[in-house]
Amino acid sequence: MQVGIVGYGAFIPRRRIKLEEIAKVWGADAPSYRKGLQLNEKSVPGADEDTVTMSVEATRNALARAGGIDPAQIGALYIGSESHPYAVKPSGTIVAEAIGATPAIHIADFEFACKAGTESMFVAQALVKAGEVSYAVGIGADTSQGAPGDALEYSAAAGAASFIFGSDRERFVAEVVDTYSWTTDTPDFWRREYMHYPRHGSRFTGEPAYFRTTTSSAKGMMEKAGLEPKDFAHAIFHQPNGKFPMRVGTMLGFTKEQLATGWLSPWLGNTYSGASPIGFTAVLDIAKPGDLVLLTSFGSGAGSDSFVFRVSDRIEMVRDRAPRTRPQLDEHQIYIDYGTYAKLRGKIRMAE
Amino acid sequence: MISPARSWREFPQRYRLEAAKCAGCGKVLYPPRVKCPACAGTAFETIVLPREGKVVTFTVVRVPPAGFTEQSPLPIALVELADGVRVMVQIGDVADPAELEIGMPVRLEFRRISWDGEAGLIFYGHKAVIAR
Repeated sequence: MQVGIVGYGAFIPRRRIKLEEIAKVWGADAPSYRKGLQLNEKSVPGADEDTVTMSVEATRNALARAGGIDPAQIGALYIGSESHPYAVKPSGTIVAEAIGATPAIHIADFEFACKAGTESMFVAQALVKAGEVSYAVGIGADTSQGAPGDALEYSAAAGAASFIFGSDRERFVAEVVDTYSWTTDTPDFWRREYMHYPRHGSRFTGEPAYFRTTTSSAKGMMEKAGLEPKDFAHAIFHQPNGKFPMRVGTMLGFTKEQLATGWLSPWLGNTYSGASPIGFTAVLDIAKPGDLVLLTSFGSGAGSDSFVFRVSDRIEMVRDRAPRTRPQLDEHQIYIDYGTYAKLRGKIRMAE
Repeated sequence: MISPARSWREFPQRYRLEAAKCAGCGKVLYPPRVKCPACAGTAFETIVLPREGKVVTFTVVRVPPAGFTEQSPLPIALVELADGVRVMVQIGDVADPAELEIGMPVRLEFRRISWDGEAGLIFYGHKAVIAR
């Protein structure tokens, strides 16, 4: 059975903090961070935004583009995140209740560092392909945290992307051509139970983790599908900062033009489980029918999911039924100072 | 704080903006009631409210009650939705309350409304955000 995306949507919070605002608090050299990480600013969730609220809004946008799907027909909904609001109590039940997809639905929350979003997409499309459900939703969303003063604090951001998969070809905005996953046990980044902030292996997160895993996954995908970089109109890679996705893309043989549309991290930061999926929504916002798109995620621990999509004719008709991704990033931002950021991110110890 | 049972009962209206339309006189009730205040009817049809509207009036709460203190200053508005139904909601994403005006177009977005400290339930619903 053929499977495709029938609706997609993104949600990006409006608040931003500039790299210089964080650097000045910690006495860091902003220009060298800006150059080294290729980051300018990042999104910050409000006190009233979390993985659940962003997932609901992204999925409502996906339903608007799907056009006419009864949410009750959705047979599975998965959210990949490392910042589920509850340690015990699923995020997916709240999202499914809000979009009207309960009660005949299978729900699970996934976690695999920054890869959990594509993991939910991977399982959702596989269930549709197997004929188990008519429609399945895969969501990647995070309100990720970096420890104060840590390099991660300059990148850890918030956002969500949602994809509805189905098998009715006339609804496809992009067909799933093929998938591939590449996973090993590589301890580059972790957070233990009850710990507020993650820890990481500094430079070990680079070559042995991100670059080895991402290149192996993308190469494996292209080999399996019999494709080469030149065959793709766009490629999106996981974006832990501004530098890594461009570097891994060019290492694999992609041009900057192929990478530019999905490269959001210099202005968005790293939205973890939402990162490469939100980049993919920005690509769908401008892609042409027939375009081949490579989506390759990365999650510490470590693994990578790759997808090849072929964009369908219907994309032209539906992309403006919901807010596009790039305007959400570039317009109507609310800039905040570090004090407000510390309050919103729960970095201030309150009276009990 | 709202009990788990009460919050659960209110999910249809809070999560999906479901309202009750009186079968007798057509009045739309949000939140739904067991008896229509206009015609005393007790039969209702469930309808979903639109998410677009405009600010009829608003106030800014500078000293919010427990459960809302982290969201100070907290703008609260009476919003008239596209179908004429009026709802009382918080306004989110306000950089400066001085930017709020009567008549402003708004859109309802799914947000956290309040939460029971660090360990209790999180209560979700809709807030108005300025439509641009």
